[in-house]
Amino acid sequence: MSAHRPQWHAPRRRTWRLMARYVAAIILTLLFLFPVYWLFMIAFKTPEEIFHSPPVWYPARIQFTNFAVLFKDGDAVTVGNSLFIAACSTLISMFFGTLGAYSLARFRTGGENLAVWIISQRMIPPIAVVFPLFLLYVWFGWVDTYFGMILLYTAFNLPYVIWMMRGYIEDVPIDLEQSALVDGCTRWQVLLRVVFPMVRTGLFATAVFSFVFAWNDFIFALVMTRSAVTTYPVQVTHYFGAQSNFWAKIAAMSVLGTLPVLVAVAALQKYLVRGISLGAVKG
Amino acid sequence: MAPLRLIGLHKYYGKVHAVRGIDLEIPQGEFTVVVGPSGCGKSTLLRTIAGLEEVDRGTIEIDGVPINDMRPRDRNVAMVFQSYALYPYLTVFENIAFGLRARKVKKSEIEAAVRGAAKTLGINALLDRYPRELSGGQRQRVAIGRAIVRDARLFLFDEPLSNLDAQLRDEMRGEIKRLHQRLGKTIIYVTHDQIEAMTLADRIVLLKDGIIEQQGAPLDLFERPATRFVAGFLGSPAINFIPADLVGDNGSLTLRAHDGRRFDLPASRVARLAAWVGKPVIFGIRPEHVALERGGSVRPGFAVQEVVIDLVQPTGSRLFGTFMLGSQEVVAELGAHDVSRPGERVKLLFDMNRAIVIDPETERVL
Repeated sequence: MSAHRPQWHAPRRRTWRLMARYVAAIILTLLFLFPVYWLFMIAFKTPEEIFHSPPVWYPARIQFTNFAVLFKDGDAVTVGNSLFIAACSTLISMFFGTLGAYSLARFRTGGENLAVWIISQRMIPPIAVVFPLFLLYVWFGWVDTYFGMILLYTAFNLPYVIWMMRGYIEDVPIDLEQSALVDGCTRWQVLLRVVFPMVRTGLFATAVFSFVFAWNDFIFALVMTRSAVTTYPVQVTHYFGAQSNFWAKIAAMSVLGTLPVLVAVAALQKYLVRGISLGAVKG
Repeated sequence: MAPLRLIGLHKYYGKVHAVRGIDLEIPQGEFTVVVGPSGCGKSTLLRTIAGLEEVDRGTIEIDGVPINDMRPRDRNVAMVFQSYALYPYLTVFENIAFGLRARKVKKSEIEAAVRGAAKTLGINALLDRYPRELSGGQRQRVAIGRAIVRDARLFLFDEPLSNLDAQLRDEMRGEIKRLHQRLGKTIIYVTHDQIEAMTLADRIVLLKDGIIEQQGAPLDLFERPATRFVAGFLGSPAINFIPADLVGDNGSLTLRAHDGRRFDLPASRVARLAAWVGKPVIFGIRPEHVALERGGSVRPGFAVQEVVIDLVQPTGSRLFGTFMLGSQEVVAELGAHDVSRPGERVKLLFDMNRAIVIDPETERVL
């Protein structure tokens, strides 16, 4: 009899351990998601509900007044600004960054040191360069322009894109490219038809990170924009006043600002996880 | 005009002189196997022909036109890689069609060409699959299909079978040979496997340290090796090399091994070897040229030695018996039932007509 005991004992212990893990995971998820939940709820509440004591957990009726105000007052344009600037700078830095990365990976451009120098550019804290850059921008007349902001984020994202994409490209078996060359491809065709499909995962992951950097940036946007191309993080700060805070606007604006990233990450989740872990394995 | 001609080809990797002055002419429709130990420069040679490596000195000509500065895509060669180099994100059909699409061939032509190649290789049922869903042998066929679908001037194979297991390798070897017989394409095939070289080649080019050691028909190289290296590289089990002295008494020549055993050379060899009398040489004899003496009179040109077999390795159809001549281990390829156990004392016949004599200094066959 006793010989049988461990056989049904062991699976049962495993089940308990698994359940404990799930419970812990659920509690942690709820804990982390709660502020997000609260923010989203505020965005749909009436002013009375927002300031109600004790707090109400969810609005009695979903209403969009808070958002309507943002669009009516023109505040929502800043989300559009952010979207446009982040998207443009991501596209540009992905295009040139991937080309640069290919050059570094396959033609050993600049030897080993150039690549390290490039990534070192990314390690400069933004605060160290923001004021010199501001003076430069004033001189060129680029302050508060789309061009200036796109250029700025492109400059900051390029090293990151080059560094990441170099790793992904180096992982592509060189035989695949050489086989394509012999089969009749030009270098450009090799890039389009072999390299891009092979690094698709890394391409998406890197693009999302570049986008999020530009999307989240506050310090550059604060210094370099005035009113024409204000981005949404800067706009949100306008709602924190000396006398009062505009909680409804803050929440609605935050929802607007979160949605694009949320959608992008959700859509590309498969690639993101694989892309990040790919980089991790390479070390 | 020869489809391919290499003239004084040199290639360096930094300080390493990988290819050191190769002259080679490949006739139309010939199956040439470039063989040699790893690091002999054979893959480098193939890659310079494909245009994947630059030539440092010398000329490569295809149909009489120098192609040194031509891009790979303009050389009209097709290549099968050791790793197969299949595109994991494309189906078998698209993998085979890849080169044609890159060259903007018409859709209807691509369809016909891919189906034709797939039929030739027996993979028409796999066209919708992805490489990851294929076995090693099937992947190999797709890789070959991608090459033959193009009407290239020259087909390059870079150790295409080395990733397959032994049985599949034998099978694919046969298929590649049959493919060549059917299509009659000019093929340059690189391998380190001497059996592949012997079985596939119309002509073997044996490379060593970036230099052609010898080239010719497989049997020519096997039976009339020019150097010790060639004799030792071809044949399995390898040829036996026995240090000996060449001694002559009244018109006949004898090889005297260091343990004193004497191997009389046939009279036909006397004229050629007379100058080496009294000098140390290396006596080479292949395992299959040593047989069990079964009694009766010994024919001229054979030497009889009594030895003790100390290692018996049966292969089923044959048996490899190892024995010592002085301090030298020697292998004989005997009949499956010639020796029953190690330690057995037997008389062996050495076919001295097939023996080779090597100058130990130059390592050339005399």
